[in-house]
Amino acid sequence: MAPDEKKLPDTPKLDELEHGPWPSFVKEIKRAAEKNPMSQDILALLELSYTQKIAHWKHGGIVGVRGYGGGVIGRYCDIPEQFPHVAHFHTLRVNHPAGWFYTTEALRAICDLWERHGSGLTNLHGSTGDIILLGTRTDELEATFSELTQNGFDLGGSGSVIRTPSCCVGPARCEWACFDTLQFIYDITMHYQDSIHRPAFPYKFKFKASGCANDCVAAIARADLSIIGTWRGPIQVDQAAVAAYAKDGIDVQADVVDRCPSKCMAWDGKALHIDNQWCVRCMHCINAMPKALGPGPERGATILIGGKAPILHGAILSSVLVPFMKMEPPYTEFKALADKILDLWAEEGKNRERVGEFIQRVGLGNFLETIGLEPRPEMVAHPRENPYVFYEEYLEEEASQSQA
Amino acid sequence: MAETTAQRKTDIGPPHYQKFLPPVIKKNYGQWRYHEILKPGIMVHVAESGDKLYTVRAGTPRLLSIQTIREICDLADTYCGGYLRFTSRHNVEFLLTDPGKIEPLLADLKAKGFPVGGLGNAISSMVHTQGWIHCHTAATDASGIVKALMDELIEYFSSLKLPAKIRLALACCLNMCGAVHCSDIAILGIHRRPPKVDHERLPKVCEIPNVVASCPTAAIRPTRIDGKETVEIIEEKCMFCGNCYTVCPALPINNALNDGISIWVGGKVSNARHEPMFSKLAVPFLPNNPPRWPEVVGAVKNIVEVWAADARKYERMGEWIERIGWPRFFQKTGIPFTKQHIDDYRHAELTWQRSMHFKS
Repeated sequence: MAPDEKKLPDTPKLDELEHGPWPSFVKEIKRAAEKNPMSQDILALLELSYTQKIAHWKHGGIVGVRGYGGGVIGRYCDIPEQFPHVAHFHTLRVNHPAGWFYTTEALRAICDLWERHGSGLTNLHGSTGDIILLGTRTDELEATFSELTQNGFDLGGSGSVIRTPSCCVGPARCEWACFDTLQFIYDITMHYQDSIHRPAFPYKFKFKASGCANDCVAAIARADLSIIGTWRGPIQVDQAAVAAYAKDGIDVQADVVDRCPSKCMAWDGKALHIDNQWCVRCMHCINAMPKALGPGPERGATILIGGKAPILHGAILSSVLVPFMKMEPPYTEFKALADKILDLWAEEGKNRERVGEFIQRVGLGNFLETIGLEPRPEMVAHPRENPYVFYEEYLEEEASQSQA
Repeated sequence: MAETTAQRKTDIGPPHYQKFLPPVIKKNYGQWRYHEILKPGIMVHVAESGDKLYTVRAGTPRLLSIQTIREICDLADTYCGGYLRFTSRHNVEFLLTDPGKIEPLLADLKAKGFPVGGLGNAISSMVHTQGWIHCHTAATDASGIVKALMDELIEYFSSLKLPAKIRLALACCLNMCGAVHCSDIAILGIHRRPPKVDHERLPKVCEIPNVVASCPTAAIRPTRIDGKETVEIIEEKCMFCGNCYTVCPALPINNALNDGISIWVGGKVSNARHEPMFSKLAVPFLPNNPPRWPEVVGAVKNIVEVWAADARKYERMGEWIERIGWPRFFQKTGIPFTKQHIDDYRHAELTWQRSMHFKS
């Protein structure tokens, strides 16, 4: 983009948001606008929205890079004659490295290419986890993509694809990670490259992996397939460290024992006694005393399915599909399960029907039967209360008479 | 030769994360023993090897210019050997092995206007969406409200004085690309007027069966006007979800007079103590009042401070409300309880009080 000497537009409303202690996004737009006409126009356009209390964007339309069906969100201004530099303002979603670790070298490379090809504005990061390159023209897309790949980056997902998978910080910097979330997410991201870049499904499909039940990437609320670390066997306890916490001012009875949802522990002033058979592995006691307690030795994940936001028929939290799965590369068991789910939903799901809503429509029992999983009591909060039970087969009188 | 160099690469996927891990993490990967929060926004992880990794967490506006990203990189080059990470809530984390570098880094962050905090029993940065800066379905802005609110709540970001964690999030319409529905406090942009059908344009740009199927309450039906195929909307059935507008641009739902903000409380995603919960409606509607949305900022601050004063240690918003009961939540916060608070969608009856166990 050639520098434009045009001075910044007057933005009295937005200028109000340059004040105050929290970092200002308006300052960010103005910084980008010093050299970039797109960002100059975005500043003026946003000021207009602040005056009129309405957005000035049209639907995306189909726009992207050659051979991909996702990764670019098309965006056009609805008053392009007034704001020609943002007549197109497309977003690129760039697949972030698992765990959101970077070298400054890699981030600077992205900044440099975005200086040449776009608005100079980004989000670190978008809601699904991608690096968001915010705003460019259709004719810049191929060049941007080419430079991204030369720097080792690729686009993420958008539309009816597998969306960019994401995970918590995992074993890179967390003692609670019950499996290697980074390795797992990198592995399935590579495994599903085709499905991330080319729409083949009724709607979006998200994988998110959290290393423990604290669920730092909100997998249970936001992923169609939620992979949440857990363990079997007893919580690891260092009684001396428990006693040290008690001495240093933690009220073990009030802050730990009384807060245990399964009431599986007792504190006698010297030692913490955990009756592990009743533990629901919620993480509270471990969170409260990280030096003293840790997840049990046999570690893996619970696989849950169906989480989503309200559109279309209402929000869903993911529910248990596999109570415990070992999570070791090459993740054969997980991939076989995911492929069965994706195949079934791709075949039978209706347009814009997330897998959670698909399961609501066909019934969890039927869904399990089709993907070949046995029903287990861990999958339900309780068995059905209503007596309207479906049976596919029944006995005929004549058949039973002939047997008599 | 030129053809070879110009070869187009596709489906290479993201860079391998191992390339971006600092040496101390590579060495101690999976071998962390425990961590401690040392001060607001600063924690140390201690490995089995005895190695220590210090993390300094700072808030960002999420919308970042490349100029600011380069400045952040300068800091990571100076203090962290050229490595850094971001969190799922748009914080940036500086990873240090030399505790002597923490204070100089803090001084530089302060000079550049990055607040340090967001760890432990604090407000972390807000997850939020694009708003008017980039979205066609937005019922409100996102970055502006977040800025105005965090200006007001920053003391709870930069300290450890709250009883528990509190997670704030904002989605500018109920498509919820920010998936705010399990937050301690969710700010949600809402539309309140049915879409206006553009009968001229609709037959040209939309597939009518898809439009009809997109409505969760079957409020859209095919019709014919002046001999042209189009749709009509049964307005009393419309609950303003905007899904039809997503599939059909000829059904604009944005409306400056009616769009605004709702506030939801008591959700969580963590399993710690209480199971994950959805957020529930606290304030049905507040107007869009840019640039600083004082009604929204005031309402959220009130809820935060009533909770902070009344909750027990570790009690998140939803756990606190469950203990005191919803009638007392509305009493203590002074928020009026209205018809809009009572669910009338699918399975609404499961949310009604179906026992004598209530606290007034």
